[in-house]
Amino acid sequence: MTVETKLPYNKEYIEQFSTDRNEPAWMKTLRLEALEQAEQLEMPKPDKTKITRWNFSKFKQEFTKGEAISSIKELPEVLQDYFDQENVPENLLIQRNHSIAYATLSSDLKEKGVIFTDIFTALEKHSDLVEKYFMKDAVNVDQNRLTALHAALMNGGAFIYVPKNVEIEEPLQVVFWQEDPELSLFNHVIVVADENSKLTYVENYISSNEEQETVANIVEEVIAMDNAKISYGAVDNFAAGTTTYINRRGVAYNNATIDWALGQMNDGNTVSENITYLMGNGATSNANAVSVGRGKQIQNFTASIVQHGKATDGFILQRGVMKESATTIFNAIGKIEHGGTKANAVQESRVLMLSPKARGDANPILLIEEDDVTAGHAASVGRVDPIQMYYLMSRGLTKDEAERLVIHGFLAPVVNELPIESVKKQLKQVIERKVY
Amino acid sequence: MAGSVLEIKDLHVEIEGKEILKGVDLTIKGGEFHAIMGPNGTGKSTLASAIMGHPSYEVTKGSITLDGEDVLEMEVDERARAGLFLAMQYPSEISGVTTSDFLRSAINARRGEGNEVSLMKFIKGLDKDLDYLEIDKNMATRYLNEGFSGGEKKRNEILQLMQLNPEIAILDEIDSGLDIDALKIVSKGINKMRGENFGCLIITHYQRLLNYITPDYVHVMMQGRVVKSGGPELAKRLEDEGYEWIKEELGIEDETVGQNA
Repeated sequence: MTVETKLPYNKEYIEQFSTDRNEPAWMKTLRLEALEQAEQLEMPKPDKTKITRWNFSKFKQEFTKGEAISSIKELPEVLQDYFDQENVPENLLIQRNHSIAYATLSSDLKEKGVIFTDIFTALEKHSDLVEKYFMKDAVNVDQNRLTALHAALMNGGAFIYVPKNVEIEEPLQVVFWQEDPELSLFNHVIVVADENSKLTYVENYISSNEEQETVANIVEEVIAMDNAKISYGAVDNFAAGTTTYINRRGVAYNNATIDWALGQMNDGNTVSENITYLMGNGATSNANAVSVGRGKQIQNFTASIVQHGKATDGFILQRGVMKESATTIFNAIGKIEHGGTKANAVQESRVLMLSPKARGDANPILLIEEDDVTAGHAASVGRVDPIQMYYLMSRGLTKDEAERLVIHGFLAPVVNELPIESVKKQLKQVIERKVY
Repeated sequence: MAGSVLEIKDLHVEIEGKEILKGVDLTIKGGEFHAIMGPNGTGKSTLASAIMGHPSYEVTKGSITLDGEDVLEMEVDERARAGLFLAMQYPSEISGVTTSDFLRSAINARRGEGNEVSLMKFIKGLDKDLDYLEIDKNMATRYLNEGFSGGEKKRNEILQLMQLNPEIAILDEIDSGLDIDALKIVSKGINKMRGENFGCLIITHYQRLLNYITPDYVHVMMQGRVVKSGGPELAKRLEDEGYEWIKEELGIEDETVGQNA
């Protein structure tokens, strides 16, 4: 079988799409150029995972609006879990299919100049600002065919900008809810924390297309200017029918921090890249990720921190649980570039196998081009320890309960990093559902 | 009838094809404290592990019953819920699971669905036992046994014993690696359990633990069998004279059943 090269959209479609949304000229040009590039570019080649037969071309491309809601109480139950009902987030964006169904931002943050809106509104109202960051420093259009296609077909997303010296304590939460089971999501998220600012951002991807096949092609760009601090949490929860390519990149300048806590809980085939560039001196990143694989899904996760600045700190922590016939590759790449003296790169990847048919691999990679640095790595793939099980069961816990405790304990170091309590709780529920 | 009865008859146990226990007979009733003594490598810990159902040990002959129920037919967790408890020589470390979450799950597993302990009552009970065992309160929020010192692990085993309140407890070398102060505290916890509904089997090769916990019966194990039984005076004589006189009396040359038994 050969790769499907004929794509279900063309130049006219994209031109019309851009015109319909009154997009600035630069965006329309970028889309059209990207489409041309897409035809020349190669597919991404995730290490040790063959994606040539994955569905990246079969999806519904039409822009599909979702009904607006006036209160989160109107959401179906499966979504209610994503919020603390007693304490509904003050700053919340819900994208339903391709349009915004609900949006709130506290008046305090509005006054301070914080921008928290969907990507199309941002293109309309803050064109210059979006242009400055859109696929410039974090992700390039021509990285591969999927990033180019993303740029050409981008049909949703969010734009967040926190001005200089503004510190936000309350988290900003975005829910991307793919209600239509056939819908494709080409979502683009930009988070910019300007100098000396601080924010917590959390997002959720949710779909329920068990049968219908579609594609999610997501690019997220997270920029922390000098002395800024971004705490970023996510729970990805696409259903089995969605093939996902998700490219999350961070760029941190002098003394800036980007901390990631990713719950990678998709049920379909997934390629996920999380790369952070520590450009400035003294920049820091903690890249934490958990994953549960089940069914026959194949997943490839890459967590990488590329350290350019002096005295930077990069920490990668990945934990995965594999059951049934799931296959997952975890790549952890710590890279210290020439000139990155006194940099510290540490990584740990651990995979727990619950079934003899599951396959998992953890690849620790350190690429170091500077002498005066420190680095360390640990990786393991193992099964639940029968002696631990014996110990727990000797206190009366059933085999299932004992295993549940061991798994939750195994994932806890990452789950506990999620910056919002309600999302942490929700991730625990998703884990529970995926494991049992 | 007060308390439960654990009855072990003609128990033979193998590990990796090697027979370690060669016919153990022992009966422990509620209200009774039994001590099993003996040099290293005579099968004492194997007996403890076999009673609880350790996955590496295979019972090849004999029976274990609790109040007439066949223990050997039960899974490890069923044995625990039936009322057995084993304080382990080497407790496992469970990363990411706090001691208090684990304890609450274990208590509720025994109480059964619909009869769970309330959070308030649990915390109150836990605080009381932590105080009694002079354990720092923050142990409850630490991950189970992770990074615990040897002494902390042993105290944690006794904390679990007090919290789970079993009918019959087996304490496998609970005294090993404890300094004298810790030994006193651990003994205090065990003595508090005394009552007609609690039976206990204490495995040790040092007599010193028995200075703090007075057993009703003392048994000596050699070559995978109980070779001598008596009252507390037997422990005293072992302390004064060692094991040689028993070996002579019974004509035993090598008391062990093989290395690392």
